[in-house]
Amino acid sequence: MTELPLSTITLSTGFGLMLIGMWGMLVRKNIIRMIVGFSLIDTGIHMIMVSLGYIRGGTAPIIDGSVDRATALTRVVDPIPSALVLTAIVIGLGITAVMLAYAVQIHTHKETLSIEDCSDSKW
Amino acid sequence: MAKRLLIILTLFLLALMFWDVVASYSEKQQLAPVAAHYVGQGPDELGAPNLVTAVVVAYRGLDTLGEVTVLFLAALAVGLLLGTGASERNTGPANPASEIVETAVEYLFPIALLFGVYIFINGHLSPGGGFQGGAVIASASLLLFLALPGVRLRHALLSAIESLSGFSYVLVGLLGLVLAGGFLDNRALPLGDYGALFSAGTIPIIYTLIGLKVGAELSVVVERFRGNA
Repeated sequence: MTELPLSTITLSTGFGLMLIGMWGMLVRKNIIRMIVGFSLIDTGIHMIMVSLGYIRGGTAPIIDGSVDRATALTRVVDPIPSALVLTAIVIGLGITAVMLAYAVQIHTHKETLSIEDCSDSKW
Repeated sequence: MAKRLLIILTLFLLALMFWDVVASYSEKQQLAPVAAHYVGQGPDELGAPNLVTAVVVAYRGLDTLGEVTVLFLAALAVGLLLGTGASERNTGPANPASEIVETAVEYLFPIALLFGVYIFINGHLSPGGGFQGGAVIASASLLLFLALPGVRLRHALLSAIESLSGFSYVLVGLLGLVLAGGFLDNRALPLGDYGALFSAGTIPIIYTLIGLKVGAELSVVVERFRGNA
């Protein structure tokens, strides 16, 4: 059996994290745990995106003394997924902050964190 | 029970879909054409050794402007949700930290702040950048709140920093429109020596502005969550 490539491992870990997060969001009743589930999905997507940009044997796309400019094309990983993941992390942080703020408001007004008690405007 | 079964079925189908992707995936041997252009021409075109920064700030600078806007909206929403009702939440007086922790934090806070500034100023040379540096600054503020419960941020000063740097970011972008090839083009200033601190045109300026903005914004968000702000 051939050795499993590095990016396949990170790719399947990312998909696994997404499944765990989805399970958490669907099954758990506690709002904080649902937010944790969302964060897991978010992290899983980041891992998948970074894995898809990986080049076999590649290093970080920083062209300085250690990576020669002439051989850079074959030695660095794709910088675009890394840049997109940077954007995605920041946006995920913003969404998580807003969700937590809502959770705080719900707890202030209803004295509960269970999603089942928040059915007043369900449909 | 039926609901539980549906959830398991959903996850199973998702896993099946994901499995298809993983099974058909094979590690790439070479860069895609766009990435190859960025890696091959990027250092000459933009003068930034860190190509991720080159993509974030210059090649796809408009995305980053949108990202900063989204973060600003998130901070606004958190302020709206927690700002007014926060005083009604009676979290009670927080326990003061021990004297060792207090003294340590007083020494560590300026160093953490300086480290954040270092990260965003060197964003075009080494791993790092405006968002990362801003996050380090915000965690320095978090450390301060944990150790000294009575400490208050000067919101007027922080919002002045935030709006000024956001405004200057757009202004620097417009400078690229006037002096170089387009909006947010970093060649509005000379590229300078490759690998020097003051090089790569406007990239260090933009990342400094982003770092200040994100640091101020996230510090305020962290303080809002503290409750008795």
